[in-house]
Amino acid sequence: MYDVLIIGGGVTGSAIARELSRYDLKTALFEKGEDVCSGTSKANSGIAHAGFDAAPGSWKAKMNIRGSRMLEELSRKLDFPYKRNGSLVLCFDEKDRPHLEKLLEQGKKNGVEGLEILEKKELLALEPALSEAVVCALHAPTGGIVCPFKLNIALAENAVVNGVEFHLKEGVLTVEKADFPEHAEGYRVVTEKGSYETRTVVNAAGLYGDAFHNQVSGEKLHITPRKGEYCLMDKKVGRLVSHTIFQMPTAMGKGVLVTPTVHGNLMVGPTAMDISDKEGVDTTAEGLDEVLKKAALSVKSLPKGVTITSFAGLRAHEDGDDFILGEVKDAPGFFDAVGIESPGLTSAPAIGEWMAERVVEKLRVTKKVEEKRDFQETRKDIPCIASMDPAEAAELIAENPAYGTVICRCEKVTEGEIIDAIRRPLGARSLDGIKRRTRAGMGRCQAGFCSTKVMEILARELGIPLEEVTKAGGDSRMLTGGER
Amino acid sequence: MAEGRKSMETALAIIGGGPAGLAAALAAREAGVEDILILERDSVLGGILNQCIHNGFGLHTFKEELTGPEYAYRFIKRVEEAGIPCLTDTMVVDLEEEEGEKYITAMNRKDGILTIRTKAIILAMGCRERPRGALNIPGFRPAGVYSAGTAQRLVNIEGKMPGRDVVILGSGDIGLIMARRMTLEGAKVHTVAEIMPYSGGLKRNIVQCLDDFGIPLKLSTTVVKIHGKERVEGVTLAKVDERMKPIPGTEEYIPCDTLLLSVGLLPENELTEELGAKMSPVTRGPLVNESMETSLSGVFACGNVLHVHDLVDFVSQEAALAGKAAAEWLKENGNNVTEADLVLEQAEKQETAAGRMQAEKTAITVEPGAHVRYTVPSKIRPDKAGEETLIRFRVDNVLKDHYLCVSYNGELISRKKKRILAPGEMEQVVIRHSDFEKYPELSRITVHIEAE
Repeated sequence: MYDVLIIGGGVTGSAIARELSRYDLKTALFEKGEDVCSGTSKANSGIAHAGFDAAPGSWKAKMNIRGSRMLEELSRKLDFPYKRNGSLVLCFDEKDRPHLEKLLEQGKKNGVEGLEILEKKELLALEPALSEAVVCALHAPTGGIVCPFKLNIALAENAVVNGVEFHLKEGVLTVEKADFPEHAEGYRVVTEKGSYETRTVVNAAGLYGDAFHNQVSGEKLHITPRKGEYCLMDKKVGRLVSHTIFQMPTAMGKGVLVTPTVHGNLMVGPTAMDISDKEGVDTTAEGLDEVLKKAALSVKSLPKGVTITSFAGLRAHEDGDDFILGEVKDAPGFFDAVGIESPGLTSAPAIGEWMAERVVEKLRVTKKVEEKRDFQETRKDIPCIASMDPAEAAELIAENPAYGTVICRCEKVTEGEIIDAIRRPLGARSLDGIKRRTRAGMGRCQAGFCSTKVMEILARELGIPLEEVTKAGGDSRMLTGGER
Repeated sequence: MAEGRKSMETALAIIGGGPAGLAAALAAREAGVEDILILERDSVLGGILNQCIHNGFGLHTFKEELTGPEYAYRFIKRVEEAGIPCLTDTMVVDLEEEEGEKYITAMNRKDGILTIRTKAIILAMGCRERPRGALNIPGFRPAGVYSAGTAQRLVNIEGKMPGRDVVILGSGDIGLIMARRMTLEGAKVHTVAEIMPYSGGLKRNIVQCLDDFGIPLKLSTTVVKIHGKERVEGVTLAKVDERMKPIPGTEEYIPCDTLLLSVGLLPENELTEELGAKMSPVTRGPLVNESMETSLSGVFACGNVLHVHDLVDFVSQEAALAGKAAAEWLKENGNNVTEADLVLEQAEKQETAAGRMQAEKTAITVEPGAHVRYTVPSKIRPDKAGEETLIRFRVDNVLKDHYLCVSYNGELISRKKKRILAPGEMEQVVIRHSDFEKYPELSRITVHIEAE
């Protein structure tokens, strides 16, 4: 009998798992993908939003603000890249100024600190690349950027170290209420691999959150996948702007942004298009065109010929337009974290904290729940040789020569880092897993040079033939043509 | 120097041990440079030639047809015989110039972080393939999308076939070579699609790799969608208009498990740019003079890092020129200086600097004219030029029965009828040293293509 079963190893599920791992509980997490961070959490803007967008009083507003305040400290404890670079919402027309002022007021109500409206002259001094058409902008100094993969992976790894079982490649099929004679009521969770009994369930299933909720509740939810397409540009142009540059938000979201990433690239996107396929992460010619056209409005000239990749992510948009958090009324012990779209990444640490408290409260009704004395609060990331002080790097290479062999030329990722990524708790099992943990293959040649070498290391470390190495698990085998 | 870092010194550091680096090293040694160091990031010398197991290399240099590894081996053997030191598995991560001294930061498993002080540098890092992302090809991002060169490595070095049902986008030479290679290994290559109305590869490769195997080349055609969520299941092709936009209604779905991309090569100049050399936006390589010297004194470039070549023979030739020029530069700029020479050297340095400025002033600008995309070199200093200076260039379109023209200060000097000129084939003109005396006022050489 489990105390808690979590559905979904995205950033929300992983944050909840990490917070629950503070307590002496039997907790497991199911993830249908071959790795954590393989759905919505892996394809988004990587923004730590300041928190002025959401309506005051909404879950989105509350969790955003709390999350935004937690991220900096968390980034130190769990060693993931985060930077408070500040954000700007541009206004191109004097007649839109009232909307910007409304945004400012809303932000103040939500509790965002330091908000101010800057005029054109100040803006151009702050960000010389901004379009001359800009009239004024809302400046939010608490806005930031974060590596979405590393945040998600850090939370998950830390949860594993603190005793949460992670069941990867094990999708949940059904959840049903069940009465267990020896305990009280609870749930039976059936997965692709087995059947589990639990006192409580946390639904952090992203795009599929509605499906699991609807299995146990009469009050139906409905999630629409809302596609966002992005272009990622070369580090050469990563300093075009230093702030995250938004345009005025619309009913569909926060619009197309231009932002440096925490790793020094420039990113533009996303679009917002409602679709029906929950796995429909294909990019479209129209979408990518739109991204480039809209982004070009924010800056004087959008660099051309420097796109290194494009991708699409799906927002889990619930009809009610807010996060759905907490115990489901007609399903006691079943907790929803549903409809987690933007600002979901920023909110994740806050949702984790809040949800863990609610679950523990619930469990304490029927059993004693203690906080662990040996909770490991911190975690060290894989060393990044490329960004290290040379003397420190030299020392590390002397200890382990594998840190001296560069495998990914563009991002200067070494064999030692790749081996670490495989051997860590919840280690990488695919090229994408390696990429998200080390950045090997994420640079300007997009794995042209390093993919064969990374495949060899994966095969060697995992003791599998080269033919079984996948891009991202499942049927994504890299080699399907057999021997020469 | 930071603690824990090993340091070395050399007169001439060559970054890259492919065909360009090897030929440059040999030429520099022949011209008398004792102190040379080749830095190679791979575990063996030879560069990309090692995976080019087809023949056709060396026709110009050795008057015989060699495979890539054979061609490379001839140079590697000579480098070994000459005793030129090489550091393999060594990645150069940074180049710096400080008070006339050049510093290279490199790393490997044996030495850790290595600082190499050098007088001259030859850049020979080659090029990389343009990835899918650079084209923004829409669709899913499944396994089975490879650049042609990556597939070549898998097939020829690892002995593994990436797939069996192949579509190739782009008709660059590696794509054409891989169409034949995959076919010979039993794969079905359905088609080669090329967005331009002409191929970017050599004519001989189109004949020998596509025509001879009945593989269709679809011009003005591109991939508009990649299908398959986990592994490639197919691609949609479409015709494009003259603005290279897909034409609705011309879509064609081709089931396949592999998409190979041969959509352009990009010189790998991140280090060059960090060092501050002036770059050409067309070649994406540094601008060089007749000696293959960049805008930075004592920094030379050759091979695909300078501009992408079709034939390795020309890479070797260009690299030899760079090696020889680096040797001369070292002679002028104090190779193997002893302490006693320092004062003298200082005076000489000032003299050389003055001389250099004078030479820059009298340098002749070489510029591309009609239908010519770029020229290498972009400057010629008459006093440094050899008997013959080659100007290499590419045209911007397929041109039939046109004239290849050279003008001096805007005045047509020579023209030669060419039956066909194509962007996929590098062209050259020769400027004789005697012309510099014949035209003492010469300040601008224009290479251009005219219809009449």
